[in-house]
Amino acid sequence: MGKTLAEKIFSEHVGKDVKAGDIVIAKVDIAMAQDGTGPLMIKEFKEMGFKEVKVPKAFLFIDHASPSPKKELSNSQKMMREFGKEMDVRVYDAGDGISHQILAESYVKPGDLVAGADSHTCTAGGLGAFGTGMGSTDVAIIFGLGQNWFKVPETIKIVISGKLQKGVYAKDIILEIARLLKSDGATYKALEFHGDCIEGMEVEDRLTISNMAVEVGAKAGLMPSDEKTKEFLKKMGREEDFRELKADPDANYEMEVEIDASSLEPLISFPHYVDNVKKVSEVEKEKIKIDQVFIGTCTNGRLQDLEIALRILEKHGKHPDVRLIVGPASRKVYMDALEKGIIKKFVELGAAVIPPGCGPCVGIHMGVLGDAERVLSTQNRNFKGRMGNPNAEIYLASPATAAATAITGYVTDPRRFI
Amino acid sequence: MIKGKVWKFGDNISTDHIAPGRYFHLRNNLEELAKHVLEDAMEDFAKRVKKGDIIVAGKNFGLGSSREHAARIIKIAGVSCVVAKSFARIFYRNAFNVGLPLIELKEVDEINQGDELEIDLENGILKDLTTGKEYRFNPIPRFLLEILKEDGIVNYLKKHGTFPRV
Repeated sequence: MGKTLAEKIFSEHVGKDVKAGDIVIAKVDIAMAQDGTGPLMIKEFKEMGFKEVKVPKAFLFIDHASPSPKKELSNSQKMMREFGKEMDVRVYDAGDGISHQILAESYVKPGDLVAGADSHTCTAGGLGAFGTGMGSTDVAIIFGLGQNWFKVPETIKIVISGKLQKGVYAKDIILEIARLLKSDGATYKALEFHGDCIEGMEVEDRLTISNMAVEVGAKAGLMPSDEKTKEFLKKMGREEDFRELKADPDANYEMEVEIDASSLEPLISFPHYVDNVKKVSEVEKEKIKIDQVFIGTCTNGRLQDLEIALRILEKHGKHPDVRLIVGPASRKVYMDALEKGIIKKFVELGAAVIPPGCGPCVGIHMGVLGDAERVLSTQNRNFKGRMGNPNAEIYLASPATAAATAITGYVTDPRRFI
Repeated sequence: MIKGKVWKFGDNISTDHIAPGRYFHLRNNLEELAKHVLEDAMEDFAKRVKKGDIIVAGKNFGLGSSREHAARIIKIAGVSCVVAKSFARIFYRNAFNVGLPLIELKEVDEINQGDELEIDLENGILKDLTTGKEYRFNPIPRFLLEILKEDGIVNYLKKHGTFPRV
């Protein structure tokens, strides 16, 4: 019997053949925590008496509340920097950007096992790595021992075929998956993506899909490592990190889901759950007024996302009642967007361009909503209170839908402007 | 044996309901953060919950972020056990790691707010002392029971130096 990608990656990290359902002790390649989970991770690392960091690549990211808006947070961040120095762990600080984007740009290799104290660590699946989110204590154990226990997950095979229509993007694919599987449809399981739509897709878009695997409960969202992966790694200046990695054709899947990409339309997730998905074309007539549009995050804050949004916005301009916030996902994205004149154009259009980081998405600072306000965001979650106010409403969609909405001031199908 | 009074919650209680992002600055002060536990699902829960009480919820309890603080503040608030139709994966693991037992029970709808429960974790028996009904749940895997016995993985590793045998 052949292996799924999850089974292959775990077998390599355990040192023997393992299969779905096995509980194993596996070595971890990359481990990280961010400023929301890092301080507790450090506390538990010390509590367990560890004296050195044993995972090959360990990082701390100050990306959630960054630069710090509050003294309590500044003190936690100070503690992270001190730990970084003491343990020789690299700390990415204010202005560097979001953990998942930096890991994808600079560190993640196909076949890696990546454990992060952040639920969206599954983003690494876009490069054919098993990335999974864990709690602070689990990551502290990995920092200290270089390994932890895992259950090798069953896998759901998702076959996406056909060509996306104009105005429809990777974000719409993962929203369709959320609609189909619901928020717990893949709990304890891995998703594995197949089909000609995926084969033709750039890694940047694959990262968007893998990023939201956790929104259907999945432990990982695995893409094949192929020519597209090689192209991406080459672009990042690390072609030598490439290896081809695919599931065996006779691997065993718990379930198979087929999606015809050509039949998809722009989709939108309504408050307060990601799986509350509707067609933008069907809700457009309701003229749902939007106060704030946020284009950014680890889901959709890459260069291509900013380009798509700008292309739509620049012809028509922003509605005067909409606050537009743009957040590049990393320093590299920010630099590339600067060089291409994208940032200048956004500023001219009336946008607030914020430093690379998680920003409004986590509800701590920058872009916290007022009571009864509505935001349309390109992020991955719309839980009640997520963006800092439980009396506000969060809608999730693609950068194109976000841009179209910023033009009209209400939820709008981007195909009108393409 | 766990014994306590029931607090009922619905489906899909997220980590944002349990530990809202607007209290992010309290994450290094868990006693303070615990005063807001589950605030966005039941406003005065933290004030009303008593030591030993039991949360009974619907499906997918704890979905969302990896914040272990969510499981920790439920425990700090005094909750002795969470019973739900199902749990989100990261929360499930975090809870056992910090010594908070979780039970999956499909008949949660039959249990009411305020009922008195008695739970035998090792044998997988839950008794509703108020209604007189008795339920059997899949016993917690031995691996996780070992961690619970030491009140969490940190104590377990400190004492035994290695993971429980799988």
